[in-house]
Amino acid sequence: MKTIEKKHPLAIRWFHWLNFPILTLMIWSGLMIYWANDVYRLGWGNKTIVKFFPESFYEAFSLKAQLANGMAIHFVMMWFFFLNGFLYVTYTIFSGEWRYLLPNRHSFKEAWQVLLHDLYLSKNQPPPRKFNGAQQIAYTSIVFMGLGSLLTGLAIYKPIQFSGLTWLFGGYGFARIIHFALMVGYVLFFFVHVSQVIRAGWNNFQSMVTGFEIKKDAPKIN
Amino acid sequence: MNNQGNNSEEKQENNLVNKEENNIEHWTEAKVKRRTLIAFGVYAAAGATGIAGWKYFRALPATDNGLSTTARSVLNFDEKANNLIFNPHKLAPTYPKSMAVKEPRMNGNVGINDDIDLSAWRLELVNPLTNQNISLTLDNLKELPKQEIIFDFKCVEGWNEIVHYGGVKLSDVMQKYNLGMKADKNEWYKYVGMETPDEEYYVGLDMKSALHPQTLLCFEMNGEPLVVGHGAPLRLIIPLKYGVKNLKCIGKIFFADAPPRDYWHEQGYVYDVAL
Repeated sequence: MKTIEKKHPLAIRWFHWLNFPILTLMIWSGLMIYWANDVYRLGWGNKTIVKFFPESFYEAFSLKAQLANGMAIHFVMMWFFFLNGFLYVTYTIFSGEWRYLLPNRHSFKEAWQVLLHDLYLSKNQPPPRKFNGAQQIAYTSIVFMGLGSLLTGLAIYKPIQFSGLTWLFGGYGFARIIHFALMVGYVLFFFVHVSQVIRAGWNNFQSMVTGFEIKKDAPKIN
Repeated sequence: MNNQGNNSEEKQENNLVNKEENNIEHWTEAKVKRRTLIAFGVYAAAGATGIAGWKYFRALPATDNGLSTTARSVLNFDEKANNLIFNPHKLAPTYPKSMAVKEPRMNGNVGINDDIDLSAWRLELVNPLTNQNISLTLDNLKELPKQEIIFDFKCVEGWNEIVHYGGVKLSDVMQKYNLGMKADKNEWYKYVGMETPDEEYYVGLDMKSALHPQTLLCFEMNGEPLVVGHGAPLRLIIPLKYGVKNLKCIGKIFFADAPPRDYWHEQGYVYDVAL
């Protein structure tokens, strides 16, 4: 006999995995749109540290001269991105899953400890809860980022019909910058997320597919 | 207050612990293996179906407007959604003159000829009722009340600029020359079409946007007569749409119930490009 712990509900696993290809397509098509006016950079004055993006980047992902194509994909996939996100949030609210996901006033302190631990600066183990403070903050932020993408997207998609929204995001140009910055945020999230999943190991990863985690037979006492 | 807060928090944490304990089950090794296999199998199959579906979608033959019928039908759905939210009384935000750029960007020269004879130019208004064209000079148009607009011009490429244009309302022109309505005077034609004199560049506009008070036929930019590169002698300024609809150098205006041909729609863009 094995002791298992049911960890991720079926619905959440589907929302999670569906979001991966949807968001990938949104980012890919979004970059095709961005290519047509690729003015963003990190730097000051005439000094550019990072240019978004070098030619080689566009070529590697076949993003050049694809504006019409990119807009078509973006405005087809946006419905799926919205629907999947909306259903996920609705589900977490009605199933009570939000209790594990929402940060509380201890989360920030805990997140700091998790960060120190994960950077090998502290030996304090993160709490053995389903999601620690750092995860709670990350998984809640990503939902608000999704909402941000949706709203800034709407603000630049229909800036006259939703002119109030566009104004709220600091105007058309700034809304476009936020929309872009959120995309960069997703990519950074992706890399941190995947490396953390690799560190956490197979048992944790497979639970996002199977829904359950296999418990060690004799619980270790720290 | 503090005690209360701590109590309710403890209660909540106890609930969480209880809930987590409820999730503990004891399964045989065979069951664990079976459940694992099923789950991975289902996700692998779903992934393969998704990839196959995407490849199928991408391989669909393009129609004469640059996209597959499937992609086009979703975009048409987007346009329908846009029609639902479209408020014809909503105005594009306007700005003080001082904010307008001195030298607006020149983008796109399809249908523009440097050697255009401005004195020979006439605006052809096609009257579908009489089948007789009305031919107007710039001075004929200037008899209508002059309008000026300083608005944020948006290009489909993603840049925007505050520009200052002067001209007359398209709706005033239509009213004065009795155009755009059907014979019984109860119904508008669904679309307005415009073309350059050489018919190289052409756009179609839905009637609601054409009748919008900020939709202008312009002969001035920054208070000066239009230059050829910006569409002399007369261009369309329609703040409700991306720049691609703001046809430069209008030669002909006509009315129809079927969507008129549209240069960028043929290249795969949405028809309405509404903002």
